[in-house]
Amino acid sequence: MLDVGRHPNIELMAYSELKGLEGDAGNFTAKVLKKARYVDADKCTGCGACVEVCPTPVSDLYNEGHADRKAVYSWFAQGIPSTHAIDTDHCRVFQGKRCGICAKKCEADAINFDQTEETVELNVGAVVVATGYDVFDPGKIPEYRYKTLDNVITAMEFERFLSASGPTEGHLYRPSDRKLKAEKADLEKTLAKSAKALARFEKKHGMTSKNFLVALTTNTLELTDDLAKDAEKWAAKAKDHKSKDDRLTALAQKADAVTTAKKIAFIQCVGSRDLRFYPFCSGYCCMHAIKEAIIAHEHDNDTESSIFGMDIRAVGKGFEEYKIRGGNASQITYKRSRVAEIVRGENENPVLIYEDTAQQKIVKEPFDLVVLSTACAPVKGTQDIADTLGVDLDKFGFFKTDAANPLDTTRDGIFVCGCAHSPMDIPESVAQASSAAARAVQAIMKSKKAS
Amino acid sequence: MMSTKGMKKESMKLVEEPRIGVFVCDCGSNIAGHLDCADVAEYAKTLPHVVYVKENLYTCSESGIVEIKNAITQENLNRVLVASCSPRTHHPLFSSSCAEAGLNPYLFEMVNIRDQCSWVHMGKREDATQKAKHLVKMGVAKAAGLEPREEIESSLIRKIMVVGGGIAGLSAAQALSDMDLDVILVEKTDHFGGLLQSLGTLETGETAEDFLGRVVADVQRRSNVTAYTGAQVKSTGGYIGNYEVTIDTPEGEVTDKVGAMVVATGAVPLIPEGIFGYGNKGVVSLMELEQHLKNDTLEKAGFSGQRMVFIQCAGTRNAKREYCSRICCMTAVKNAMTVKKKYPLADVRVLYRDMQMYGAQKEQMLWDARGMGIRFDVYDPENPPNVEAGKVSYFRTVTGDDVSLETDLTVLSTPLTARQGTGELANMLRVPTDQNGFFLEAHAKLRPLDFAADGIFVAGAGRYPATATESRTQGIGVASRVAAILFKDKLVKSAIVAGIDPASCVGCLSCLPMCPYEAITYNKDARVCQINEILCKGCGNCAATCPSHSALLAGFKPEQLLAQIGAA
Repeated sequence: MLDVGRHPNIELMAYSELKGLEGDAGNFTAKVLKKARYVDADKCTGCGACVEVCPTPVSDLYNEGHADRKAVYSWFAQGIPSTHAIDTDHCRVFQGKRCGICAKKCEADAINFDQTEETVELNVGAVVVATGYDVFDPGKIPEYRYKTLDNVITAMEFERFLSASGPTEGHLYRPSDRKLKAEKADLEKTLAKSAKALARFEKKHGMTSKNFLVALTTNTLELTDDLAKDAEKWAAKAKDHKSKDDRLTALAQKADAVTTAKKIAFIQCVGSRDLRFYPFCSGYCCMHAIKEAIIAHEHDNDTESSIFGMDIRAVGKGFEEYKIRGGNASQITYKRSRVAEIVRGENENPVLIYEDTAQQKIVKEPFDLVVLSTACAPVKGTQDIADTLGVDLDKFGFFKTDAANPLDTTRDGIFVCGCAHSPMDIPESVAQASSAAARAVQAIMKSKKAS
Repeated sequence: MMSTKGMKKESMKLVEEPRIGVFVCDCGSNIAGHLDCADVAEYAKTLPHVVYVKENLYTCSESGIVEIKNAITQENLNRVLVASCSPRTHHPLFSSSCAEAGLNPYLFEMVNIRDQCSWVHMGKREDATQKAKHLVKMGVAKAAGLEPREEIESSLIRKIMVVGGGIAGLSAAQALSDMDLDVILVEKTDHFGGLLQSLGTLETGETAEDFLGRVVADVQRRSNVTAYTGAQVKSTGGYIGNYEVTIDTPEGEVTDKVGAMVVATGAVPLIPEGIFGYGNKGVVSLMELEQHLKNDTLEKAGFSGQRMVFIQCAGTRNAKREYCSRICCMTAVKNAMTVKKKYPLADVRVLYRDMQMYGAQKEQMLWDARGMGIRFDVYDPENPPNVEAGKVSYFRTVTGDDVSLETDLTVLSTPLTARQGTGELANMLRVPTDQNGFFLEAHAKLRPLDFAADGIFVAGAGRYPATATESRTQGIGVASRVAAILFKDKLVKSAIVAGIDPASCVGCLSCLPMCPYEAITYNKDARVCQINEILCKGCGNCAATCPSHSALLAGFKPEQLLAQIGAA
């Protein structure tokens, strides 16, 4: 990424969209909309001082919603370009509230709330489409209960958990346990507040809240005028405090018992090879499940994983060997099975119901954490991109090519590579990218010769 | 790489008083999470010649780079040290950034406090911090003695030799020729087309013959492609931009000069000798079935439209040959469908372990094949199918029972294997092969078409089994890898190379066998050893071997290293 960012022949236009493409191979005019970042790219050094002072937390989609970012942000720490952007849906200034502290803090004077989007025209000889893919939303599969079970997550969420710079710094704390801890922390704050309120009553009337409650319930309370005025309020507050305190004790007990996830299930073909959603195979998910299971085991040697799939498709160079190594050295069990359903078990453990095809038995098995290997879906808005480019899509929703000219779309001078072409892994995408570049050069040179 | 040519003369002068800037990278929490970067930075301030110190969240980020550049100009730095991650990944970035700011890039030094401190001493914060300080101190000591260097330039010949005239090599030749580069295409057999010549139809439905015919005719009509059949590469010498090649052709030996080479020698299907009853009547390999379909000789092989059984992973994914050959499932399904189309009433079954129908089109083939009535069944590799006289018996894992199938033709789907002679070619080109005998690319993920050796590329099944479409994609892909080198005016390479001082060299030849790149030659007239700077990769073997200390590696001279060691 950095190489691309620094390359003298490459002009990066991040946060921009293609809006129109006129002309022919060798001589296209592309209209590109540069969206407003509200941060001046020429001035911003990417130092992040604005992020530190921004008061508005926003759910961080880079971390799949498991952490917060700020309303002024960069998508991730090493992103290229490092220029930040302001999220107008959340920024206080754009919401009509008083703020603008980022602009005051920025030493480079890069914040510009008045920035507007602009459309630029580019004269190009060829176009390479590398728009990638979207992760399938597993919420569409009711039997896996992704939306209701906290500890059923996608492979992309798991990636973030495994990352040393992710929301759990690489430790496999389960979402339900993180919720528990967050609830405990909130409760502790609330209790500290209500303890203060109680302390005021206690000081005023010279007795503890506990004694006050006992006296109140046994009707032995000596009611002074002052106390009579406060009694009702105090009693309500004291009772509320006690019930919250009991809840905290229970939560604390649970929180103390929390360990990281040790027993993990991976479910393959979630949305892929499924006629309800995508009939195709997403190609790379078997390998990322194996990789994630190996890394989880590297992080904590007590981790064991089961990978549930119809086939384990380890088809690339060194992949089968990697798969075998994962089984031998990283406590991975490969189970040939299409998991039928996931239900809630004890201790927020998802319980998998599946047929063990080797034993010919229906099994109900609890896991600490379930990771869904979600399908490689055509990127949202692919049809719009295709319309803008004037090219066709195939029946799966990817850009149409033919096997004899595997990089060429249906319009001369426009080429496609990577998962915009069809689901594929990194080495294939890289090889295709080189090929698309070659096709682009060929197209440009051909048109130069013709003219 | 940023060229040092044209840099201001004074930046090339040996700077007398070192002014060193030290940048300590947190790498987010990757380094700072396990050692005290602020403490390391404070410590660096106390070191001799250090005039500027900065701790960065990510030194490699755009903002980190800007800070280095600004410090070079504002603080008048003449040496820069970055304490961060691996020089293998980040040295080029930092040194070229120094060059962009006007500092000779050879005055940059780097220490790795991530791999060598925060990673290996995770959980021992104090110790990791101490070690990081030591490494920074050593780095500063070395940086102080660094000397400016000028990058090495050499000419480029705009001609490419493509070895192998299969679909990968043909596609590479087409693409290179389209880019106005001259191509020599060398095919060992009498015909172009490689493995595709043996195939009936492609997965697209087009016959392989038609497809190949079009491509071969196109290559042969091109004036800038010299195509040899029945030819073999005899020897190669030289280096990126200037290779000398000798080719044995039916018309005699041809020598030529090329700037780059592409290896597209393909692979061969395994002949399943000694397994699954191969050799008996009614048992054929997948490639033989392919040819029977092409030549319409199925009945001769014993199949008259009744029963056919495919056995997948025949001779692979076992202890001896671990890898999955990627294309055999698809090929089996394609052929099973061809058979089923021709004989709709035939009972066609595929016994498999995992159906490797990756991606969009192949999985669709599997759906279609099932729809046509082809039956797929899982067998257990621990308890593989037994093939004997018209019968295949196997343990059906999914239902747990033993099954016996009558069959007229049993088809063994065997893997593609490395071609014989791959090793010799690899040795000649000085490129590596992997444990399965295929050519080994520079990086499994990020450089699938490059060899580690500069100027040599790989495409097609010689690297790893690939479909015709994948081979074609890779063949076209290498063209842009080649163009990225040969479209430039000249080659510019790192000046971290060794040199031999002719005044003190006694011509003992100790260094000669130590050089893995064959960059050293013996000059008989002068009776000294000499180094080809273009071939030299700066490994330092010669410098370590030379008994008279005549061989010196730039940037790693004894006094520089001793200063570094002395600071430890």
